[in-house]
Amino acid sequence: MQGAGAIGVAADALAASPAVSLAGIDITFNLKDGGRYQAVSQINLDVAPGEFVAVVGPTGCGKSTLLNAAAGLLQPSAGKVGILGEPLRGLNLKAGYLFQLDALMPWKTALQNVAVALESQGVAGKEADERARAWLARVGLRAFTDRYPHMLSGGQKKRVALAQVLIRDPKILLMDEPFGPLDAQTRQIMGNLLLDLWSKDRKALMFVTHDLEEAISLSDRVVVMSAGPAAGIVGDYRVSLKRPRDIADIRLDKDFHEIHRQIWQTLKVEVQKAYAAGEGKDMVADGSHPGDGR
Amino acid sequence: MNGSHSRFKITLLQVLVAVVFLLCWHIATTTPLFAEPKKMQFFFSTPIDVLARTWKQFTGGEIWYHLGITLTETVLAFVFGATGGVLCGFLFARKELLAAVFDPYIKAANALPRVVLAPIFALWFGLGIWSKVALGFTLVFFIVFFNVYQGVREVSQTVLANARMLGMNERQLMRHVYWPAAMTWMFSSLHTSVGFALVGAVVGEYLGSSAGLGYKIHEAESVFDVTGVFSGMLILTIFVIILDTIVTMIENRLLVWRPGQASTSANG
Repeated sequence: MQGAGAIGVAADALAASPAVSLAGIDITFNLKDGGRYQAVSQINLDVAPGEFVAVVGPTGCGKSTLLNAAAGLLQPSAGKVGILGEPLRGLNLKAGYLFQLDALMPWKTALQNVAVALESQGVAGKEADERARAWLARVGLRAFTDRYPHMLSGGQKKRVALAQVLIRDPKILLMDEPFGPLDAQTRQIMGNLLLDLWSKDRKALMFVTHDLEEAISLSDRVVVMSAGPAAGIVGDYRVSLKRPRDIADIRLDKDFHEIHRQIWQTLKVEVQKAYAAGEGKDMVADGSHPGDGR
Repeated sequence: MNGSHSRFKITLLQVLVAVVFLLCWHIATTTPLFAEPKKMQFFFSTPIDVLARTWKQFTGGEIWYHLGITLTETVLAFVFGATGGVLCGFLFARKELLAAVFDPYIKAANALPRVVLAPIFALWFGLGIWSKVALGFTLVFFIVFFNVYQGVREVSQTVLANARMLGMNERQLMRHVYWPAAMTWMFSSLHTSVGFALVGAVVGEYLGSSAGLGYKIHEAESVFDVTGVFSGMLILTIFVIILDTIVTMIENRLLVWRPGQASTSANG
């Protein structure tokens, strides 16, 4: 296998109708004190069908905000979001979204949480239960179907959430630091589980993380965002490590180190900028409302 | 609770407290230690008299009628109050304009001490059970209302966003997210609201009625029958403990998915 190399955004634009296409995206928040905060500025990013793209950047750079724009959870102030060649209106229901925090309904068992995901597709009752049971088995929770979320560990909850997202068979997967709250060992196990499930039908996947090692070990491509405010894309690297991968072993690979070194040179500058700008400022974007400067 | 003390030891000490209390009461009212026993008994009765009277009441059968009346009032006040509270809480939480407009009035109504309404209700609904149900309703309604209102508004934004991303429409969100959240908060206020339903019933009976536990206590008081008053209080206490046990059982069954029991209460 050859080493990794950096390529431009332009090369990916050649692929016919990308799964996710972000073009000229600006996102500005109106702050409570009347001011404005521009989270991201002029983002152009395409995710090809079947491609696993990791988005990394310093904390608070707006990478989750960008993901929410792709999910239709917030409207960009300017720019176009295209999903499978069509402009996005409202929520992106062709995508499955894996949240960082607990998103399971606490009053439903693991099985009910997964089965209810099929309701919007008109599948309910016995059939939904059976398919949910099968999915829980695939994520390794065969024995935990009747547990409520509070009886499950952090990793098990993520497995349920993964089954909940995947059972709908979305064309696109969006993940917002899904393994962030987990401990190091569980993260590795979950990473391998994700790769295993993803490799079966290779959906387009946009994976936001602040962990560069996680980004490289999972993805085909790593996109680096600059420190906010008005964050942009400052690097776009192809990761041509062989698949299937074991994310624990691959970190020992020589090529892994080479690409890590390359990306880190870009990322380091942004992390330092973010740090210099002050930790407090990074959090400004959270909890405010999307701008209406359309 | 401390794990180092055995259950047996705690129970033993609990019984001891009761025995010491009854013994002190007995000695104080049957010996001329503090005052003449006749005088003491007029004010404090004696534990044996109270227990004997209570026993007589239970075996006599008449008390069951009064218990039945009080229970009916309590259950009706709870059912109406909780239903109204859930529906209004739900509606207000989902319609922001409605909540904003009615906010000061709701607060004002809740600030009013409900006992002053009892005579008005007696005037409107008569001396039968409905004036007591109305009083209990005003107590229960606000507890449930505030709990449900808060609960629905504070549904986790992540859970909600996730449900939306799973393609749920408004109706499905209602069924799978908002409604369970509202019910959770209703149940978490169950102890408080059942307690207040009973308070409404008993206070209402006390202030004017011809049946129920509150009436029995009031009747005994009006003839300075202290034994009767204490006996009525004892029966009321037993009644409340049984009711509370039933509520705990219902709660445990319905809230199996909760890690711990948290509850909030509004002031009655």
